[in-house]
Amino acid sequence: MQPRDLKPEQFSSYPPEAGRLVVAHLDALRELPISILPSMLREAIDYDYKFPVERAAIESEFARLSEISSAERRDWFKDFERFSISPRLESFDWVGQPAQFTEQLSAYLWSTHQLDAYRNAAIAYGNRLQSMLRPDALPVPRLGIAVIGQGVVSYDALLFKNLRPHGTYFNRIAPENGLEMILDAAAQRARNHPVRYGHWYIDGGEEASHDSLLTCLSYKTIEPLRNSLLRSMQAEIARPGMGPEELRTYLARLTPSDLGMNPSNDVVLSRFQVKVLTEGSGTQIFSTTFAQWASREALRRAQPITLIARFAPRQRQRPMNELLSENHSGMQLDPVGSLVDADMAAYYHWINQQRLAGADRSSFLVWFEGHSQALVISPTLPRSTTSTSALNLSQLIGLALS
Amino acid sequence: MSNAFNSLLDSQTQQSAGAREIASRLSRSRREFLRGTAGMVLGAALSGASPLVRGEAARKKRKVIVVTFGGGARDQETFAPEGQENIPNLINDLAPQSSFFTHVTNQGILGHYVATASLTTGVYETLNNFSAVPPDHPTVFEYFRKDLRRPASDTWVVAPSNGFNRIGESNSRSFGPGTGATVILPKHLLSATSSGAMPDFDHLLRDNYENPMYTPELGGNEFELQQLETILRLSVEDFKAHARTLTSPDELSVYIAKRLMQQEAPSLLWITMHDIDVAHSGAYSLYVQGIRRTDRLCAELWRTVQSNPEYAGNTTMFVLPDFGRDSDYDAGGNGFQHHRTGDAASRTTWMMALGAGVRQGIVYDEPIESIDLVPSLGAIFGFTPAESAGRPIKEFL
Repeated sequence: MQPRDLKPEQFSSYPPEAGRLVVAHLDALRELPISILPSMLREAIDYDYKFPVERAAIESEFARLSEISSAERRDWFKDFERFSISPRLESFDWVGQPAQFTEQLSAYLWSTHQLDAYRNAAIAYGNRLQSMLRPDALPVPRLGIAVIGQGVVSYDALLFKNLRPHGTYFNRIAPENGLEMILDAAAQRARNHPVRYGHWYIDGGEEASHDSLLTCLSYKTIEPLRNSLLRSMQAEIARPGMGPEELRTYLARLTPSDLGMNPSNDVVLSRFQVKVLTEGSGTQIFSTTFAQWASREALRRAQPITLIARFAPRQRQRPMNELLSENHSGMQLDPVGSLVDADMAAYYHWINQQRLAGADRSSFLVWFEGHSQALVISPTLPRSTTSTSALNLSQLIGLALS
Repeated sequence: MSNAFNSLLDSQTQQSAGAREIASRLSRSRREFLRGTAGMVLGAALSGASPLVRGEAARKKRKVIVVTFGGGARDQETFAPEGQENIPNLINDLAPQSSFFTHVTNQGILGHYVATASLTTGVYETLNNFSAVPPDHPTVFEYFRKDLRRPASDTWVVAPSNGFNRIGESNSRSFGPGTGATVILPKHLLSATSSGAMPDFDHLLRDNYENPMYTPELGGNEFELQQLETILRLSVEDFKAHARTLTSPDELSVYIAKRLMQQEAPSLLWITMHDIDVAHSGAYSLYVQGIRRTDRLCAELWRTVQSNPEYAGNTTMFVLPDFGRDSDYDAGGNGFQHHRTGDAASRTTWMMALGAGVRQGIVYDEPIESIDLVPSLGAIFGFTPAESAGRPIKEFL
């Protein structure tokens, strides 16, 4: 089927708001190439479960596509017309299963050596769109905080190696009540600038006491969900004919209720939790990977103005099948390895934050929990510098935001 | 920004420099480092014919070992200044003895099995990375055996996981079944030695890191358990006892490879490392550990070559990654964790050639492709890889 053949009733199986949105812009969408339209539908079909920032982005994109003329649409998407699509893909139910279609399209582009050209076309389209859409001004500069090294008594190797060229390293930070000060500062920002899903606290272990205004996700809290997912995966793997692609498709379709989550929970956050576990490689087995990936996805999707990511010791490496089993008896931890993981994750936290609007005003802080080392990147602090100022975490955050 | 393309768009850094420029920068960085630290010289400054020995007699004695530095290591954890601490053996011991190719690109599909299959055929294969299928095009092992009339015992593959069990020979009609290399899967072998629980060997039986629960059924010409004794002269009990002293699947692979060299002395031996691919789990420390271990194992193999009379003096060893991993700055990826974006960092790697017929301490800048390896091996051995799409590297002609 081609996009020009689309009819409103084909979207009746979409969640209600998603269906209404797509149908409202169907005239414009019918004129898009099949190589690109399913990617847009992949995002639109989840519209009902998306964060406010994501919803606004989809609405703006579709509105813009409807505003421009047919000739402009042809010009915008002419590069996508050039990609060959296999007959098998053309006959795929890309309206009903756009995510599965785009996965197969990606494999097809790889195998036909069209992926690089597709990337270029996607970048050009994204840039063009971005130049026309003006994001709302942030109520306050963004702040990212990574808390790493929980449980490590001493560590002699260099920390924050990747971040040092971008900020100021502090080596006389008073660690007392540091986590409380960080969470208090985040709560204060949430009170002063109330934005739904705008202030996050992600913990790779057991969450500390925090203000309910913060959107919180922790490895400990989602343990029942993880166990349910692992049981589900094990059962699927045992089925005849199950391969990696089938497993991936199965995981992509899982919903919170499939995994036993309470339907009265926050539906947007529940979906987010499921996706962190089903789309993030390693998030089911290593708490450091969970915290890193959840932070990345929170930044990419919800674009919070405050995000605290705290890392806890992950389990030691064991055979993958054993790691993926539900049996955690006798689990040993690897605090130093986890510190190395988290140090890199902090770097990625900063990179992902800098991809968002307002990057030139954003600040980032990483602290070696319980110790005197920290680093701050902010528009007002020098780079590649060491400070011997004696500060507590509250004062350091103040400095980062000054 | 369009949600639909968040996962496809490059970062600002990536946008400011084209993929070709990034690849060249990676190459220059390796070159400058090797010239400065290891005292190597530029190959472009040299003239004259390759020192590779010619003549039938020499070719009959010639041995080649190919080691894939897998699966997937980036420059910043290896040859870039900040990564050098992870590869002390490559830098201090092997590089000064080698011809080092700074700019090797892989334009194919970046999955470990399909990429390694492409390395063995000299064609960018398009097979399903997670299927137990043979390559579509003839492998180097088939060319080697058919053209040079070599017996099966003269070429072997030691590979990390069940997914690689069909890599020894293609399904090309030009070659029949049993005309390629025998594939040893040490982990499979270890599993076969024990029935039921194997608590002592769990750490050696780690699975495919990218799809950890997928274990394809074995088929093809894989090594049978009883051949442990008949070919490797290794009792099951000795094998198990030694395995207990090892820490990773790649250590087990190298142990088997060394045993093969001792007992069979194959002329063409292909060893595929895979520990590094633990990066897919997202644990950076484990990824770096894997690189350090692979570095150590490469040096260990080279020392084995030097100490084995069948190999010393007549062996060329190639070390090359199958590909890299995603850049930290590509928004479509998650840095070191995967190799999914196809960006320059994931496609641009290096190759080291050591030993017989190789100029020592030379750095070559000229871009080559990973599929050029097979025709280069053809030039060294004297066989014709007719279906390879690569070109022989001129330094080996």
